[in-house]
Amino acid sequence: MIPTSIEETQKALEAHHYITEKGLAVSVFLALKLGRPLLLEGEPGVGKTEIVKVLADMLQTRLIRLQCYEGLDINNAVYEWDYARQMMQIRLLEASGERDQSKVRHEVFSSEFLLERPLLQALKSVNGKPPVLLIDELDRADEEFEAFLLEFLSDWQITIPEVGTVKAEKPPVVVITSNRTREIHDALKRRCLYFWIDYPDFQKEYRIVREKVPGVPEKLAAQVVAFVQELRKEDLYKAPGVAETLDWASSLMALDAVRLEPALVEETLGVLLKYQDDVVRAKNAAQDLLARAQMPTLL
Amino acid sequence: MSTEPAFSGGQLLSHAVGFVRELRSEGMVVTPGQTTLFAQALAEVSIFDPQIFYHTARSTLVTRHEDYPKFEGAFWKFWQKLGLERFPGELLQPTPLPPHKEQKPRPGEVGREGKKSSQGQGPPVRVVDRALTYSEQEVLRQKRFDQMSEAELEAARRLLSGFEWRISERPTRRLRPAPAGSYLDLRRSFRQALRHQGEFLRLERRKRKTKPRPLVLIADVSGSMERYSRMLLHFLHAFALAQTRHGVRTVEAFVFGTRLTRITRSLKKRSVDAALAEVGRTVKDWSGGTRIGSSLHQFNRIWAKRVLGQGAVVLLISDGWDQGEPELLAFEMERLQKSCHRLIWLNPLLGTPGYQPLTRGLQAALPFTDDFLPVHNLASLEGLAKALESLSLRPATRRSGMAG
Repeated sequence: MIPTSIEETQKALEAHHYITEKGLAVSVFLALKLGRPLLLEGEPGVGKTEIVKVLADMLQTRLIRLQCYEGLDINNAVYEWDYARQMMQIRLLEASGERDQSKVRHEVFSSEFLLERPLLQALKSVNGKPPVLLIDELDRADEEFEAFLLEFLSDWQITIPEVGTVKAEKPPVVVITSNRTREIHDALKRRCLYFWIDYPDFQKEYRIVREKVPGVPEKLAAQVVAFVQELRKEDLYKAPGVAETLDWASSLMALDAVRLEPALVEETLGVLLKYQDDVVRAKNAAQDLLARAQMPTLL
Repeated sequence: MSTEPAFSGGQLLSHAVGFVRELRSEGMVVTPGQTTLFAQALAEVSIFDPQIFYHTARSTLVTRHEDYPKFEGAFWKFWQKLGLERFPGELLQPTPLPPHKEQKPRPGEVGREGKKSSQGQGPPVRVVDRALTYSEQEVLRQKRFDQMSEAELEAARRLLSGFEWRISERPTRRLRPAPAGSYLDLRRSFRQALRHQGEFLRLERRKRKTKPRPLVLIADVSGSMERYSRMLLHFLHAFALAQTRHGVRTVEAFVFGTRLTRITRSLKKRSVDAALAEVGRTVKDWSGGTRIGSSLHQFNRIWAKRVLGQGAVVLLISDGWDQGEPELLAFEMERLQKSCHRLIWLNPLLGTPGYQPLTRGLQAALPFTDDFLPVHNLASLEGLAKALESLSLRPATRRSGMAG
């Protein structure tokens, strides 16, 4: 179902266990309504990719994912011919005495030998429903790909020289994510609706933990979230994202913890932090952080 | 909501335009296309809920997270003009940005014109009239920046802007057709074969495309560097422009004294003076103290991941007079060196006869620099350009900081 209002969008997202703020619901609603791509930026682990899965669920349609990397080209993003099978086909045709070149050509460049990659798949609706297309970590692709994408996002069509032009019956719902390892080109940004996803506040993160880690004791959840919230204020190279908070809560549950203890924190910091320098820094500040985390003021 | 309807349907576009004008006066770039999109979006939502209006405007008109605070300011101004009350504060939590400790701006030499210099005003001088002879040029090339007169500096700047800087290339992961490449191009081979009844008479090949390496400049503009700062900025500007001519999309530039400021966007202006004036406005700690370590820490934490991809080369320009902890500096230098292709330290004092890099800061940092080059006169800048053109494909052999 396509939500008809902002409130409905937010409710639908929450019904699919995605807890979010109003701003993102507004952006999602407008992206659906105006048929524009949604560009999400934010630190790793704040749920950029997660929301796309929820969108596909919500709209009851397929999710097509294109993971970007440097050197991503047409062959991997759009389509490729299955050369080996085409070779076989030519030999078969020869054996059967087919001599007409144009016929041979027509035969080997048929859809049977076409390997569809994500962008071409995204142009096809199933049961009249366009898919959700996730273009993940666009900042990793290079400028050439960005230029191609800009064209794709405005025309919704792809030209295959041997076959012709494939046009979308209905444009797909597009979400682009970026971790900002480089700036995305302005021209592309301006085609999109833009939203920066920030780290959640205590209340929101607490709700996410309760939602996503079934059976977590209330007190432990509150302490874990309070600790992580405090940890993010420290001067770290890579602050823990929501994904790390969830991993940590699950790990602590696996260790049968009911509340945070200094020793426990020391042993499990590696789940939260991915740099040795950060781990050392957090260990030194652990007592202090714990003291602050013991008193979740908002419960 | 009990507010007066602020607009009727027909006024929607004019209000949208009015709001965009407000944003532009804050210095944000908004295109007509975005304005149209904004107006379209307004037609889809209930505009009497200020919170929704706010988010609608923000998601259509702002494309950079850093612009969120500017947007916030413009938004309030606009609403107060329309005579609407303030929203409850918790609706709009301001976006936290990295904290900046405000410092008293010090009167810097940058962006301010000397009384006698005629740059930027009056008719442009025809360069032909003032072209230097070869011998004059030679003298100028060898003369140290801090000993030049205003006129000589002027001439040096003109020479600088004529420099053709290039930076060595790195192989990318994208392929292009090449007769003797090392990758097979099945697609083209196959089409060739089709012309000959499916016989592969020749295999088409491809090789890797190359691209200029990204370049990151980090320049010290603290008090001890004051004599060089202005010249440095000219150098940075000339450099950035030359790179754009050669297809490098951006040269990232940062300056620091006690803290780090990114000046990439300011340097993009074509005219040197406009660019420098802009830099003078954005940088708050000209000619103050130096904290190289903590400035590099800021760079490593906030910018390194963003600007050091794809085999970047880093130029660090400083005389090494550091008031911070040498341990911190060594630590951050090591991290910086490990995250870029090559780390080049440019020191204006290296041109002084008998100079020895003895300051504690330099002693701490030198083990982690790949090249240590002078930057005190035009000749040294040319030397630098040569060094940049001929970087090896592999990073320099470095001391391993940790075992393993």
